Amino acid sequence: MSEQITQEVFEHLVGLAALQLNPDQAEYLRKQLNNQLKAIHELEAIPLDEDIPISLHGVPYEESGSAKPREDEWIKYPDVKALLDQAPQIEDGYIVVPDIPHTELK
Amino acid sequence: MELCDYTALELTQLLRKKEVSAVEILESSLNRITKVDGRPGSLTGSTQLTDEDKKKVHAFITRTDDIARAQAQEIDRKINAGEDPGPLAGVPFTVKDIFCVKDTYSTAASKILSNFKAPYTATPVERMLKAGAVMVGKVNLDEFTYGSSNESSAFQPSPRNPWKTDRVPGGSSGGSAASVGAGEVPLSLGTDTAGSIRQPAAFCGVVGVKPTYGRVSRYGLIAFASSLDCPGPVARTVSDAAAMLQVIGGADSHDATASPQDVPDYLSTIEDGVKGMRIGLSPDYFRITYPDPKTGDLLSQALPPEIENAVRSAAEKLAAMGAEIIEDVPMPNTRFGIPAYFVISRVEAASNLHRYDGVKYGLRSQQSFNDLNKMYRFTRNEGFGLQPKLRILMGMYVSAAQYSEQYYRRALRVRTLIRKDFETAYDPQGKYRLDALLTPTTPTTAFEMAAVYGDSVLMQYADQLTVPANHAGVPGISLPAGIDAAGLPIGIQLLGADFNESTLFRIGRAFEKATENESWRQVKPQVLQDS
Repeated sequence: MSEQITQEVFEHLVGLAALQLNPDQAEYLRKQLNNQLKAIHELEAIPLDEDIPISLHGVPYEESGSAKPREDEWIKYPDVKALLDQAPQIEDGYIVVPDIPHTELK
Repeated sequence: MELCDYTALELTQLLRKKEVSAVEILESSLNRITKVDGRPGSLTGSTQLTDEDKKKVHAFITRTDDIARAQAQEIDRKINAGEDPGPLAGVPFTVKDIFCVKDTYSTAASKILSNFKAPYTATPVERMLKAGAVMVGKVNLDEFTYGSSNESSAFQPSPRNPWKTDRVPGGSSGGSAASVGAGEVPLSLGTDTAGSIRQPAAFCGVVGVKPTYGRVSRYGLIAFASSLDCPGPVARTVSDAAAMLQVIGGADSHDATASPQDVPDYLSTIEDGVKGMRIGLSPDYFRITYPDPKTGDLLSQALPPEIENAVRSAAEKLAAMGAEIIEDVPMPNTRFGIPAYFVISRVEAASNLHRYDGVKYGLRSQQSFNDLNKMYRFTRNEGFGLQPKLRILMGMYVSAAQYSEQYYRRALRVRTLIRKDFETAYDPQGKYRLDALLTPTTPTTAFEMAAVYGDSVLMQYADQLTVPANHAGVPGISLPAGIDAAGLPIGIQLLGADFNESTLFRIGRAFEKATENESWRQVKPQVLQDS
């Protein structure tokens, strides 16, 4: 089987994933992705009737066995400073990041 | 025998009778850790392993000795004051470093979270602490839990198997299983997404429980695949595992997927035996699939005889105690568990990993940037190892609009079929009416360090006998069931119906009693053979 994830497709994925790979990493990852796809293709051999639904969870969500949604109430976090202190760069209580690039929409 | 070699329940009794103090128990545990564990995993230590390193377990990333001593002293104070110290009072435990614990580093074994100190504590950990258990540290894992050997951890040296330190401990809860197997602690908190509690438990000769999805809250668990992740106990005995699940299970207002169903009193029925129970064997769990290392083609072969014999021997023992063994239970979609998992888990992982961007917490690349997108890319490249990158890329590919129907939605429909296999087997009105399914836990015993790591497909197939339970959401337990010719533990697995952990504990406990005088039970792990 030819490689399904070509160099071009791979580079597109790397951009979407917000990664910046060196050549060795890229070679390893693209090869592994294609190997994994070979295993995934086994799914295509399974006869699936049209009426088989998807399962997003194994154990079904039923009202009797599921937690009820809690009220949508605003609760003040007790230690905001502890959260802000996790940020790599803050200034006057704001999280600081490099400039957000502007893109002209076509 | 030292205090750290006692079971958790034995320790709680000794403590309540005031025959020992919590501080004495803790010091025994800390001494064992110092003796057998070696240097903890770190980002900065030497990657060259000395001969001494190769004989150690390396379960830990962070030891919390001082916090643990303060906890133990508080337990002793409560006992002396006549206060109830909690059901697991004084029992040392470790926590897989995928759980947030306030004011400790919570790294997920990844460089990208290496500086992250959690501002809150995960619910299962909070419940263990409230029950009086004493946390001695955070233990290593595969990076973000992505692996079955622990070798992908960014914190090296990665854990080694206490039974033979040239073998992997399994993964991703390898540090948990290794710390319990080496007698460092009686209990550890792990997580199981495809077998990450049961597989390392089997490799390290301990008990591992994957509870029903929703039995234990995921609040404070750093997410991998949110529809599959299950926190659960690692222990040396079935009763200890049951006592721990009793404590950590139950509803949680912080996690809408935590079930409101009451947690039964597991220990009140654990000695009730197996008489009248229907326990199934399936031919679909006695064949294994694996990719040819050269061609990648999937091959199929019988299980190694020692592992199959361990399962069949267990079935005979359970039958002798009054269980009815039901042969030839069809579980035809078992073999599709890994291909479906390759899709579902990657989509969920990619989604969960998008939050690591160098903005709110965790690592930010120290290079200077004038462009936010560039900062994202460099931060994520420096912070993530190869396994998270691989999962992000695959998750994005199979969920792309043009491929979603072919891969993601198809995998979710296959998941329905896997679930149906279990529903049919356990249906009380059906042909099989099983109380549990008895299977091997793993296709092999612990493999050598570096033998599989790097081949992401072969590594994933290590979970082929455990992952169906994650797709289906049903509970499972791995039990030690013998030692192979190489001196490595063999694990057997029991799978039950939704929220029927109590049945699995009863069967597991009966099996323990039936084998308690067998010679393999007396064999110690390599790291304990001179103690």
